Amino acid sequence: MRLLIKNGLVIDPSRQYEEKADVLIEGDKIAAVFPNIEIANAQVLDATNLVVAPGFIDLHTHLREPGQEEKETIETGSKAAAMGGFTSICCMPNTNPINDNATVTHYILSKAKESSLVNIFPIGAITRGSKGEQLAEIGEMFKAGIVAISDDGRPVGNSQVMRRAMEYAKSFNLPVVDHCENKDLAAGGVMNEGYYSTMLGLKGMSHLAEEADVQRDLILAEATGAHIHIAHLSTAGSLELVRQAKQKAIKVTCEVTPHHFTLTDSVVVGYDTNTKMNPPLRTDKDIEALIEGIIDGTVDAIATDHAPHHEDEKALEYDCAPFGIVGLETAVSLCLDRLYHTGKISLMRLIELLSTSPARIFKINRGSLSVGAYADVTIFNPNLETSVDPTKFHSKSRNTPFANWRLKGKVINTIVGGKIVYQNC
Amino acid sequence: MTILVILRIILTIVAFNHKDLLGIKDLSKEEILSILDTAKSFKEISKRPIKKVPSLRGRTIINLFFEPSTRTRTSFEIAAKRLSADAINISASTSSVSKGETLLDTARNLEAMCPDVIVMRHSSSGAPHQLARICKTSIVNAGDGAHEHPTQALLDALTILDHKKAIEGLEIAIIGDITHSRVARSNLHLLAKLGANLRISGPPTLLPPAFERLAEGYSGSVMVTPSIEKALRNADVVMMLRVQLERQASAYFPSLKEYSYFYGLNKKRLELAKSDVIVMHPGPVNRGIEIASDIVDGNYSLILDQVTNGVAVRMAVLYLITGGSSANAQKEVLER
Repeated sequence: MRLLIKNGLVIDPSRQYEEKADVLIEGDKIAAVFPNIEIANAQVLDATNLVVAPGFIDLHTHLREPGQEEKETIETGSKAAAMGGFTSICCMPNTNPINDNATVTHYILSKAKESSLVNIFPIGAITRGSKGEQLAEIGEMFKAGIVAISDDGRPVGNSQVMRRAMEYAKSFNLPVVDHCENKDLAAGGVMNEGYYSTMLGLKGMSHLAEEADVQRDLILAEATGAHIHIAHLSTAGSLELVRQAKQKAIKVTCEVTPHHFTLTDSVVVGYDTNTKMNPPLRTDKDIEALIEGIIDGTVDAIATDHAPHHEDEKALEYDCAPFGIVGLETAVSLCLDRLYHTGKISLMRLIELLSTSPARIFKINRGSLSVGAYADVTIFNPNLETSVDPTKFHSKSRNTPFANWRLKGKVINTIVGGKIVYQNC
Repeated sequence: MTILVILRIILTIVAFNHKDLLGIKDLSKEEILSILDTAKSFKEISKRPIKKVPSLRGRTIINLFFEPSTRTRTSFEIAAKRLSADAINISASTSSVSKGETLLDTARNLEAMCPDVIVMRHSSSGAPHQLARICKTSIVNAGDGAHEHPTQALLDALTILDHKKAIEGLEIAIIGDITHSRVARSNLHLLAKLGANLRISGPPTLLPPAFERLAEGYSGSVMVTPSIEKALRNADVVMMLRVQLERQASAYFPSLKEYSYFYGLNKKRLELAKSDVIVMHPGPVNRGIEIASDIVDGNYSLILDQVTNGVAVRMAVLYLITGGSSANAQKEVLER
């Protein structure tokens, strides 16, 4: 089985390659990348005017299976990923049961093998039941195939437990991913604390809640030598802490979501629960800082925090509705529209943030179009305008604040292991 | 004179064409004045031996209260009845909400019985806004979380105007738990829109961030200060807010005793205000905590006048929201 991608602009940050070229795939591997490949017996994919990139990798996805299949399954989540241009997704452990032991990890991977269109890389829990008390069976999960550990959404409050987790994870070379939120400082808030929470009378969650935990994690990472990865970093203060830590050579990486660099807390006016996520949408000043970090390299990756919720739950009062929005099917268009077309970053940098760099952070053997690499490819049209239509989402859930947004840039093809899993019609 | 009459007519024409009353923030100065005008006309009805006009005969008004309330619920009920509307009261504890029905489903079911107005109180900010989006029925917000309580601000303004010529230029102190107060927010919008200068005060832990920015674009001003003395100095109006015991448990202040000592209104502090100061409180009052008993019962206190005016304001709101105009209100009252 041969697949030839013709005439695209091939951009591969793993070797700083940017050239109009063809990509030949044989089986599930990249066989050749150079201009004007002539070969018989190959299926040809015309990529004229399109960008051909190593497949995008989402470090932060909630697939809900097992346990909450009414929101999403591994199958529907993987379809959403394929449609959004992601060839690999890393799924958070907050399923039911929680992925805190090898049995659950094996289950997820076997379901993935059966029904997923894209590669699934599970993230294990840090603590048993994500209760923040005893360590989960991290080593066994590592052997079963997890790529990182996290108690995302229920962050480890006990700093001694976090310290032990870092010490322990380091021996397996596993990154520790933290949703940084000091629960005492967050104080049950449902949106960013500031002018808009004051206006709307909603409980505010201060940026301090995030920054206090980022600071703690950095101190522990420095002492333990573990790799800390800050999930969905959202404030100017957190970014500055990470920037300083990197200068001190602390092993820290961080991700930013498209919604955090696109929207501010002003959109909560009107009480649409699709504007409720955790961390909450912040301010213009924070967006400015995040984009600065994306430009200067402080931000390592863009991740979606794809968090499907059933519409019945999102139809509750703002205080009661669950946190989170779906992101897999809007992320790439938002990145192109907000980061590339505004002149903030090049396509090379964008692809690095979506593919090469996430692969490096979780040590996933993907994110490159070098000969011999897995043939995971994302092909997109940076200039095609698209309108966000949630009714066409492949995710089971529709909870997005971007309905009807017009964005410039669209995924055209997603190829996983040499197989076309998504084709834009 | 004729110019005044014409002006008044123009004013009533621009008056009220909102489906819902969700907050003061959404109202123009003219709309606020028109509601107050209508309320003034209706005040007289409550003083008659037969306290009823037929204005809303055949209309159905549902009071849907998800939070306990005596004053506001009774006030809305009396207002509806004095206008001859049929008023139905539902409190969350007796409704299907306790059986796990969602707010929106409850609303859909009530709407299926064709009411004209749903008056709603809810502990979650924005709940009436969510209802208003899906219902054709008019929604009147009777208090949502810490967001707004529009009829409270209107009755406060009506009470002030009983004693002061205009809101514009008044020095008004609002003191207490500002963070959790929908009364403070609605009053800020109303009073600063009408040109008052507000002094907002309370323990620094209960002053929400950027509160003064809520008045951006209004003709009045807002100063936020943790010093109650600074807020009271030369004030024309003092509004005290209820402080809740549970805030003590969340470390907002050490004790009610200490709260009272530093932020309570007593005779001595009140002397800082103007000699013709008026004192208000939305109730229920914690005597001896945020306000001393002798002030509650004293000459400066308008606390019960506020309650009386509440009925007139709610009559006006129900009347206008069901399609009445300020000019006709005068007529309805006179015809009887």
